[in-house]
Amino acid sequence: MRTTTLVAPMTVLLLATPFLAACTENADAGDSAGGATTDARKLTVDSSSDACTLSATEAPAGTLTFDVTNSGDQVTEFYLLGEDGLRIVAEVENVGPSISRALTVNAPAGSYVTACKPGMTGEGIRADFTVTASDEEPAVSEDEAQLVDDAQKNYAAYVQDQSAQLLEKTKEFVEDYKAGDDEAARALYPVARTHWERIETVAESFGDLDPMMDAREADLEPGQEWTGWHLIEKDLWPQRAEDYTPLTDQERATYADDLLANTEDLDGRVQDLTYTVDSIANGSRGLLEEVATGKVTGEEEYWSRTDLWDFQANVDGARVGFEGVEPIVEQKDPALAEQLTTRFADLQKLLDEQRRGEGFVSYDDLTPAQVKGLSDAVNALSEPLSRLTAAVLS
Amino acid sequence: MAGVAGAYVAGRATADAATPAVSDGARSATYPFRGEHQAGIVTPAQDRLHFAAFDVVTDSRDDLVDLLQRWTVAAEQMSTGEPTGTGAVDGDVYLPPDDTGEALDLPASGLTITFGFGPSLFRDADGQDRFGIADRLPSALRDLPHFPGDVLDPERSGGDLCIQACADDPQVAVHAVRNLARMGFGTVSVRWSQLGFGRTSTTSTSQSTPRNLFGFKDGTANVKAEETAALDEHVWVGSGDDDAAGWLAGGSYLVARRINMNIEIWDRQPLGDQESFVGRTKGTGAPLSGGEEMTEPDFSMPGSNDQPVIPVDSHVRVVHPDMNGGVRMLRRGYNFVDGSNALGGLDAGLFFIAYVRDPDTHFIPVQLAMSKTDALAEYLRFTGSALFAVPPGIGPGEHVGQALFA
Repeated sequence: MRTTTLVAPMTVLLLATPFLAACTENADAGDSAGGATTDARKLTVDSSSDACTLSATEAPAGTLTFDVTNSGDQVTEFYLLGEDGLRIVAEVENVGPSISRALTVNAPAGSYVTACKPGMTGEGIRADFTVTASDEEPAVSEDEAQLVDDAQKNYAAYVQDQSAQLLEKTKEFVEDYKAGDDEAARALYPVARTHWERIETVAESFGDLDPMMDAREADLEPGQEWTGWHLIEKDLWPQRAEDYTPLTDQERATYADDLLANTEDLDGRVQDLTYTVDSIANGSRGLLEEVATGKVTGEEEYWSRTDLWDFQANVDGARVGFEGVEPIVEQKDPALAEQLTTRFADLQKLLDEQRRGEGFVSYDDLTPAQVKGLSDAVNALSEPLSRLTAAVLS
Repeated sequence: MAGVAGAYVAGRATADAATPAVSDGARSATYPFRGEHQAGIVTPAQDRLHFAAFDVVTDSRDDLVDLLQRWTVAAEQMSTGEPTGTGAVDGDVYLPPDDTGEALDLPASGLTITFGFGPSLFRDADGQDRFGIADRLPSALRDLPHFPGDVLDPERSGGDLCIQACADDPQVAVHAVRNLARMGFGTVSVRWSQLGFGRTSTTSTSQSTPRNLFGFKDGTANVKAEETAALDEHVWVGSGDDDAAGWLAGGSYLVARRINMNIEIWDRQPLGDQESFVGRTKGTGAPLSGGEEMTEPDFSMPGSNDQPVIPVDSHVRVVHPDMNGGVRMLRRGYNFVDGSNALGGLDAGLFFIAYVRDPDTHFIPVQLAMSKTDALAEYLRFTGSALFAVPPGIGPGEHVGQALFA
C-alpha cells in the first residue's frame, strides 16, 4: 500500500523550528507532564493566503490537536490526509479569516499529508507529516472501512424498510378514516406513526414535506394551512378541543389523500438517500432530542395522548443508529459504547413498564414521578450520546 | 450632546440621560426621570430587571389618572435613590410605612422606571372604549400575531400597563415594582411580572456585549444611544407617524417576549454546530466570516461545501438588518432563570425586550423570519408575549401619559 507519489507543495513551507522539534522528542520519551514542556501532540497551523505553516512536522501517535488559525482573507480548510494524499483522515472546514478552529484526531503512527486550502479551491498547500510510534498508539482496525460501509448500508436499508411500512400503514389508516371507521383509525394512528418517528430525523430533513405532514397547530405561521397527521389526530380525538367542528366526509377525504400522497412522495425520496456514519450518529442524537422536547413532555400527541408510542419509536431509531456504528465506537472508545448500551437499556426498562398490550398507556396515565423518571433517563442517555459523532469520526 | 439630553433634567441628577450622574461608587449612578424620552430605553442597560404588567381593575378614568400621577411622583423619588412618600421609617408609628424599606441604605443603583400602555387599556375584549381614549389607540398597538414556536402562557402575556424597572442592584429594581404595585391596589392588579438578571444587550458604545444563556454574545448590532439618527429612524415614534396617536410622538413601542431556551439540549450541541446556528464564534463573538466582534458579517463570503461561511439559517443572518429591509431594534433584554421545571430542567432563557418605532415594520417581519428559518428556533420556546406603547418623556410638572389623557 505504500506509495511514493507525493503531491508537490504549491508553495514553500516553513518547517518546524528546532525548538519545537526538541519538544517533540521530549514528549516522545514518555509522559513529560508539567507546564514547562510543550505538549508535542498539540500543534498550531497558520493558514495564510499562500502558506500553510505547522508548528511541527511530526508528532507522537495519540490524540493530536491541530489549532488552525486563518491569517488569510478567505475562508480556509485544513486536512490531515493519508499517505496517499487522498484519504481524508480528519478535516476542519469553514475557518473564516482571523478565526481559529481546533481539529482533534486520534492518529496512529504513519506517514501523512497535511493540506491547507485557502479559498477552498485546488488541492491545497500540502506537506508531509509524520506520526511517530508511541505508547498511546490508538488501536487500528484493519476493517474500519468495512465497518463504515456496513453501517451505511444497514442504515439505508433500515430507513427504506421503515418508510415502506409507514406507507403501508398510512394507506390502511386513511382508508379507515375516510370510511368513517374511527375506532380502527384510532387504533392504527400510533402504529403508523411509529414508523415515521423511527426515522423522524430523516423525514424532517425534507423541509417541504415535514410541515405538511407533521406540523402541530402551534407550529403554523399566519396564513399557513394546517394539514397532515396532527390535523387528523385532532379530528379523531376532539375531546380536548373547544367548540370543535368535526371535518366533513369531503374534508376527511381531502386531508387523508393529501397525507397519503406526501407519504408516497417521502418514500420515493428516501430510496435515493445515502448516509455517512456521522450523519447516522447525529441522527441518533437528534431522535433523543425529539424525545426530550416533544414526547416526554406530552406535547407531540396533544389530542390522542399516544406520546409514549412516539417516544418508543424515537428510541428505537436512535438505538438502531447507535448499534449501526457501535462496532466502530467499540474500537475507538469502548467505554462510551458500553455506557450507551447500558443507558439505552435503562431507558428501555422504564418504557417497558408502561407497555399495555401492543402499545402503551396514555400519556395522561403517567404520574409526574414517572414522567420525571423517564426524563432523567433521557438526559442520562443523551449526554453520552452527544459524544457519539465525535467518537465515530475520531 | 448625545441627542437624548436632559432638557428637562430635574431632581439632583445633572447629567444627560445616557450618562450617569456620578458619584461615590459603581452603583450610585442616577439617571434623570424626566426628559425628552423616558429613561430606561437608551440608558446604558443596567444589570438587573424587574418587569411587571398590570390589568386596570377600575372603570374610573379619574382613578387611573390619579394613579399615573402618584406613580410619577414615586418613580421620580425612587430614581434619585429616595424612598417613596414619607419614607420607610419616618412616619406615624400607628401606620404602615409608605415605603417598604428594603432599599434603605442602598444607592439608586442606576434605577430607571419606564411606563407603557397595552392595547387592552384602550378597548376591552368586546371592543368597548374603556377610558375615553379609544380614538387615540395607535394603529400598530394590537396583540402580536401568533408566530410558529409560540406556546404562550396567557398568564405571562399581555397587560393594560407595564412597568420596566432596571437597576444595577436587584433589590432596588424589585423595590420599585413592589412599591408601585402596592400604590395601585384597587386601581390595577399585577397580571404577571418577570425578574431578569444579566443584561443581554448593550445600549451604549461604552458597554461591552454580554452573553446570553447559550453562552454567546448577542445583540452586537443593537442600536446604541450614541446613534442619534438611527434612534430617530428606528426607535422613536415620529411626530407624523400616526395621526390618531400624536401623544406617542417621541415615544416608542416596547415588545416583550419571554423566550425559554431548551438549555439542556443546547448544551449537548457540538461547538461547531452552536457557532453555525448563531453565525458567530462563541469565544470572541466574531462573525464566522472573520474579524472581530464588531466586524460586519460578510454573508456572501464563500465557505466549505458551496455554502456561505455564515450559514443562511444562522441567527445573525436571519435577523440582520441587511436581510430585513434595513430595520434595526434597540434590544434591552435580560437573562432569566425562574428555578427549574417539573422535569428538573432550567426554566430559563431570555426575556426579550425591544424598543422599535413601529412593530409592524421593525419587529413582526423579523420575528416571523426568525420563527420560520432561524436555526436557533429549534432551541427556543416563546412562552410570553406583550406589546406596549411607551409614551415620550415626562416634562416638568407632568405625569406619565399626560398627553394621552389630556
